[in-house]
Amino acid sequence: MDFTLSDEQQMFAETARTLLGDTCTPDHWRKMMERGDNTDPERWAAIVENGFTLVLLPEEAGGMGLGELDFALIAEEAGYVALPEPLIESAGVAAPMLGALAPAHPLLADPEATIALAHPLNPVVADADRAAAILLERDGHAFLARADQVRLTPAQTIDPLRRLFRVEWDAADAEDLGPADWDLALDRAALFAAAQGLGLAQRAVDMAVDYAKERQQFGKPIGSYQAVKHHLASAQVAIEFARPVVRAAAAEIGHRDVQARSRVSHAKIAALEAADKATRASIQVHGAMGYSWEVDAHLFLKRTLALTQSWGTPAFHRARIAARLFTQPAGPDQTFARETHAAAATREIIHA
Amino acid sequence: MDLSYTPEQQAFRAEVRAWLEAHVPAEPLEHFDATRGGFEAHREWERTLKSGDWGMVTWPKEYGGRGLDLIEWLIFEEEYYRAGAPGRVNQNGIFLLGPTLIEFGTPEQKQRFLPPMASGEEIWAQAWSEPQAGSDLAGVRATAVRDGDEYVLNGHKIWSSRAVFADWAFGLFREPGTERHKGMSLIFFPLDAPGVTVNAIRKINGHVGFAEIFLEDVRVPAFNRLGDEGQGWHICMATAGFERGLMLRSPARYQVAAAALAGLWQDHKQDADPVLEADVVRAFMNADAYALSIYQTASRLMAGAKIGPEASTNKIFWSELDIHLHQTALSILGPKAELVVQPGEHDWLDDYIFALAGPIYAGSNEIQRNIIAERMLGLPR
Repeated sequence: MDFTLSDEQQMFAETARTLLGDTCTPDHWRKMMERGDNTDPERWAAIVENGFTLVLLPEEAGGMGLGELDFALIAEEAGYVALPEPLIESAGVAAPMLGALAPAHPLLADPEATIALAHPLNPVVADADRAAAILLERDGHAFLARADQVRLTPAQTIDPLRRLFRVEWDAADAEDLGPADWDLALDRAALFAAAQGLGLAQRAVDMAVDYAKERQQFGKPIGSYQAVKHHLASAQVAIEFARPVVRAAAAEIGHRDVQARSRVSHAKIAALEAADKATRASIQVHGAMGYSWEVDAHLFLKRTLALTQSWGTPAFHRARIAARLFTQPAGPDQTFARETHAAAATREIIHA
Repeated sequence: MDLSYTPEQQAFRAEVRAWLEAHVPAEPLEHFDATRGGFEAHREWERTLKSGDWGMVTWPKEYGGRGLDLIEWLIFEEEYYRAGAPGRVNQNGIFLLGPTLIEFGTPEQKQRFLPPMASGEEIWAQAWSEPQAGSDLAGVRATAVRDGDEYVLNGHKIWSSRAVFADWAFGLFREPGTERHKGMSLIFFPLDAPGVTVNAIRKINGHVGFAEIFLEDVRVPAFNRLGDEGQGWHICMATAGFERGLMLRSPARYQVAAAALAGLWQDHKQDADPVLEADVVRAFMNADAYALSIYQTASRLMAGAKIGPEASTNKIFWSELDIHLHQTALSILGPKAELVVQPGEHDWLDDYIFALAGPIYAGSNEIQRNIIAERMLGLPR
């Protein structure tokens, strides 16, 4: 039993933090919003060069074959910079699905290419127009189509750094890849949304802390007042008790049982609630400035809003936790429930 | 990260479970704060625990422990709460003073105080707060004057849990003339020493769980001072770290309650407000999140880290989840919530009343939020 990250994982997270922090600054957000775009070719090239798009791709498909925990660390850093590019959807969800279905697919040979995924739970698809292909669902099968083989309608979102599309398509125009693991795609997407939520939340708190140290009212920095402190402390508490859930969910996702699904759902709810609390506290602490377009706090609020409701609503995820709670044993020996069951099974074998 | 137990950890769990199944009293004991009889029954249970060598499993063997690590401690706690074993009457000793003694005590002090603490022969109360020094603990006025090899203690302590029945107290005293964080020392005194008067204070549940302590020229040997003279504040903060961070409230406590709440919901959902199911799920999530967080902390500490200001987040989280969980139970019970239960029934009401103390003791949650804001986030004082 060890709940710590390995040295390699810590270094990996550090690399992601530095790269994304340097290439996705408030200045970059401003420029992209002015251009009405969400892609920065230089940044994407750096992301690709560092191998972030290959982390979860199976080795037989040319990837690194690492685990969800490794990718979740990248997703957390992506949240911290409100990353506009579809790194998480493409490299965290869609490409691994394609890699599992068709490891030799030529699309996977181009690490710069993104793949979009239309999950039945989501009404829209991010960056579908620029994706090399879109994965689509019908009767449990995955179909693959290029953007010019489907009908895309832009769907305006309040998040100025996301580009969304509704997709209409005919199975006759798409390549049938056979039955696909849509549940795993959902689990991964929900997990990485949770990880992004941690980053969004921490950035919102950090921005508010910086502001509260500088902004003076009644002759003192507003951060010296307890009313301000307590908003931010409460948000930090929410983050601290979401993070271990996200980490455990990432480590356990491969078990594919009711406990693992429940934990992913818990991670999604807890991390995005932390992000909701933190982003709203951040806007409040920034005062009227926080309500202005000029201060970046709103970007984090909007991304939080988007991620909270996509990849399964809070009600959807709560139902999955309820399924675990009301059908499986609960209690202090059930934190890592399948462990306890394994031990009981071993004892029964010994006694038999 | 490896979220599986080793075969040794699994075997340890089985050993704890078997021992507890054979020894936990079939009938619940009377509460240790309710009467002297309840208190002594719990002391007897501590002796039984010690007879199985379960007094305090993380302590070194020479001081009455088993020398186990924090993951094994968590497993022990999980099994302890799962078995419904009695509350730990000596919690101020074994969970707070004990770890502090192990860190700051001399070998002679450890030898003198730890074994009888682990066996329940000496039960401890905390004597820190004063009428004018609550959240602002550095305002302590009680004094310790050095006189040869002794200290002479004077002052008025209050809100000391279990001091009415306990044997010893660990108190915070200052050298006369010193101010604030300087000049304080942590000193132990027997609660039956000449010059000590203990008056019970009833809690809102009617139990005599609190006391105030008057000290008039109480003489104790200088041996009873933990750490250096004047180091008291530093040592108290280390104790508070254990209190808030890890030891005081094991996650298992809330996981048992959350599981019971799920059962209560299943039994009552035909008649209860359907929106409450979300709160039942929420209570389970919170207890689980707290457990995962403590596994994370235990792993970090075993890898060499120290408890820091993030301990304050724990205290806020468990105290607030406890209230939410019990409020949910009372909402499910509806009009029956106010009724006092029969002995042996799950006492959601008393547990709720107890939970209300959580945001106050061990440093109020307002103080914890200040600590988080100032020491974790770096906001100005």
